[in-house]
Amino acid sequence: MGTNFRIIRDKSAGGLMFILLILSIALLIAMGIGLYWKAAPVFEGRALKELLFSANWKPLKGEFGFLPFVMGTLWVTGIAVLLALPVSLLAATFLTEYAKPFVKKYVFPALDILAALPSVVYGVWGTLIIVPWISEKLAPLFVEHSTGYSALAGGIVLGVMILPLLVSLFIELFSAVPNDLREASLGLGATKWQTTQKVVLKKTIPGMIAAVVLAISRAFGETIAVLMVCGNLAQVPHSLFDPVYPIPALIANNYGEMLSLPLYEAALMFAALILFVVVLLFNVASRMVLYRIEKKAS
Amino acid sequence: MKFFVEKLMRVLMVLSLLLVFGFVISIIFTIFSKGWSAMSWDMITKLPGGGFYIGKEGGFLNAIVGSLYIVGASTLLGLFISIPVVFYLNIYLKKNSKLAYVTRLAYDVLFGIPSIVYGAFAFTIMIYLGIKASLLGGIIVITLLIIPIFVRSMDEVAKEFPREILDATYSLGATRLETIRVVVRQIAPGIATATLLSIGRAIGDAAAVMFTAGYTDSIPTSLSQPAATLPLAVFFQLSSPIAEVQDRAYAAALVLTVIVLILSLLGRYFTNRFSKNKLK
Amino acid sequence: MSTKSSFNSLYNRYSHWRESAAVRRGKMFRPDYKFIRKSDESELVVEDLNVYIKNNHILKNINLTIPDKKITCVIGPSGCGKSTLLKTFNRLIDSVEGVKLDGKVLIDGEDIIHSGTEITELRRKMGLISQRPCPLPMSIFENVAYGCRIHGIRMRRKLNMIVQHYLKAAGLWDEVKDRLRTPATRLSIGQQQRLCLARSLAVEPQFILADEATSALDPISSKIIEDLFVKLKENYSIIMVTHTLHQALRIADYVVFMYLGEVIEAGDAQSVFNNPQHELTKKYLSGAFS
Repeated sequence: MGTNFRIIRDKSAGGLMFILLILSIALLIAMGIGLYWKAAPVFEGRALKELLFSANWKPLKGEFGFLPFVMGTLWVTGIAVLLALPVSLLAATFLTEYAKPFVKKYVFPALDILAALPSVVYGVWGTLIIVPWISEKLAPLFVEHSTGYSALAGGIVLGVMILPLLVSLFIELFSAVPNDLREASLGLGATKWQTTQKVVLKKTIPGMIAAVVLAISRAFGETIAVLMVCGNLAQVPHSLFDPVYPIPALIANNYGEMLSLPLYEAALMFAALILFVVVLLFNVASRMVLYRIEKKAS
Repeated sequence: MKFFVEKLMRVLMVLSLLLVFGFVISIIFTIFSKGWSAMSWDMITKLPGGGFYIGKEGGFLNAIVGSLYIVGASTLLGLFISIPVVFYLNIYLKKNSKLAYVTRLAYDVLFGIPSIVYGAFAFTIMIYLGIKASLLGGIIVITLLIIPIFVRSMDEVAKEFPREILDATYSLGATRLETIRVVVRQIAPGIATATLLSIGRAIGDAAAVMFTAGYTDSIPTSLSQPAATLPLAVFFQLSSPIAEVQDRAYAAALVLTVIVLILSLLGRYFTNRFSKNKLK
Repeated sequence: MSTKSSFNSLYNRYSHWRESAAVRRGKMFRPDYKFIRKSDESELVVEDLNVYIKNNHILKNINLTIPDKKITCVIGPSGCGKSTLLKTFNRLIDSVEGVKLDGKVLIDGEDIIHSGTEITELRRKMGLISQRPCPLPMSIFENVAYGCRIHGIRMRRKLNMIVQHYLKAAGLWDEVKDRLRTPATRLSIGQQQRLCLARSLAVEPQFILADEATSALDPISSKIIEDLFVKLKENYSIIMVTHTLHQALRIADYVVFMYLGEVIEAGDAQSVFNNPQHELTKKYLSGAFS
């Protein structure tokens, strides 16, 4: 094997790997373009504002108002984040600031399992536990009747699903805070919680925001679990116990029949495009913040 | 006052941890208790019989095999694509190169893209190319879905690759490409963990395969035939009004959960075991 | 005869044919494993070498001639650029961010910095032993064989011979001959360093560059390495950076004293140690700073 040959092999392998790398970045762009191209027919004669904020959803008449679905997604995501945020924040604080090693030994596998369970399993769990609990125990306290298949059920299930993501992101952030700062604060006579609150939490606010944005974007696109517990009724919800119809569920439920109506297909692709754009923007923004924090820490 | 707050926060923290454990136990317990009673040997060894969907006999072997086909093929494909990418990122590119930054960002974003969007995108491509919902479609979409997982988690390990080892290899006169043997050996545990993670995600994903792999009662014999998958078996059978059919959904969910639990435990084992006696 | 071994012998014949064909065509690089380096002189001359890393002037106007088949010790306080100098010799410095090289380093009359020298070939010629032993994540055998393999030696028998020979040369053979297949990381740190030495020798270098090669070792292991170097200088030119004056006193034939990126004094060990010309050298040798 001549040296020249080795150099050529090194260079050409490098070229191939470079192409592979570029292709993977191109996939992202191709996705955006592909979805837009497929969704284009629905833009004809309809303003973006109308599409997003009209509540008229009559596909057979060619009226595509996405408001119920947008609201459905927002409600479910909002509830999920509201529920998961305090729990994950407290858990992560405990794990980094207070917990002894043996606690971590048991908690991390548990979080692993939560992160690994497929969404359809969450869906089954939701229909078996959360939905009946809402319809039998919780809902009667507030409203006259609810089937349990509701925004709240979707929010709870989704909240549990994003817990491990939030906890692991928070743990990463908190562990990056240098110990000197904690010791300085403790040395001034602050309690552990005061230290945590004034030093650790305060210092990591930008990172926490980024983490939450990331979790929101994850919750945004979750499909099957939410679809199974949300009720899927195309209306703008008014209470926690109303059924909702989030965007991913819309796509999943109507895929089979969409081919017969070209405009309907375009509308569903538009739904996918909304998800794509939101997730793209949220991810890029939060990742860039997290990268900067990571770089500073190292 | 400040000691009261301290106490209060401690209690809240412990409560939230217990809540996390509660969720885990509740989910596992629900799936096992419901699934176990519906479980039988027939379920995992037989194809759906004639009257399967009105509660007659049969099992969901079709879904198990379909899932294994898709997951196996896409994991292999994913490995073949992502190892070179990770290698290029960490060995060929400089530490703070712009391209590396953009690539990592792109993969993080790809990781965040919901699987339903992957499904929708792959479906448009398939229509464009004239491919029907099939095993091939499922493999393509799942491969796309897991490549970011592969790349991200292997990259995490490869970033920590000791500079000295690389220097030692270069000092022997190796080209960048020739370091690959050393690099792959060193990050082997990372590759193993990444593979387990990807299999876990690939086997549990329903939204992406829904449109691309289709569903069938038989075991596919060629790439162009549709294939059933476990998550979809759960999903479709659960939406049936007949109790016996729903039971099968629980049994399928149990199978899925057991697979995922095993993968997750194995992953833990790998990371623990290899981080202990790994070099440096 | 089993299928496997007949396959092996076929494969060996095939690779032998391939190698000799390539040699006939004159395309192939193949170190000439006679286990003794060819006796012609090797020369390393440094002319006006300047190294900058991100606007820091690390090495300033270095002019040196390294004597052939001697042990050259580079001494000086830490941070004076000794290691940088060594890394320039095998161009490992290229991987440092923001580095700029200026001047000439002539090895056998060829400028390795600007004349477009093939870098992998250069690095083969300049065997580097680093400060901390750094075994590759593979077996003891593979560690030594790795370099030979990348330089095109495939035949099993030949590899066995080479590995055995250089493990012996590094004084490690008797300790590891029964466990060549175990991971190299299980060796003691002193053994690891000798393994690294064997690994470097196995690609047939001309020079051995040792960057504080004994600083991480216990006294007994470092004594073994020192003795090895003394033995090896018959066949190789050895350049070692050292932080301990005593080591230089013990084994150096030629001494280079550096201070803040400059060569203050260079000459025969005898004359530099007994009769230093420069004020700084005197101070350093008397232990005024280190």
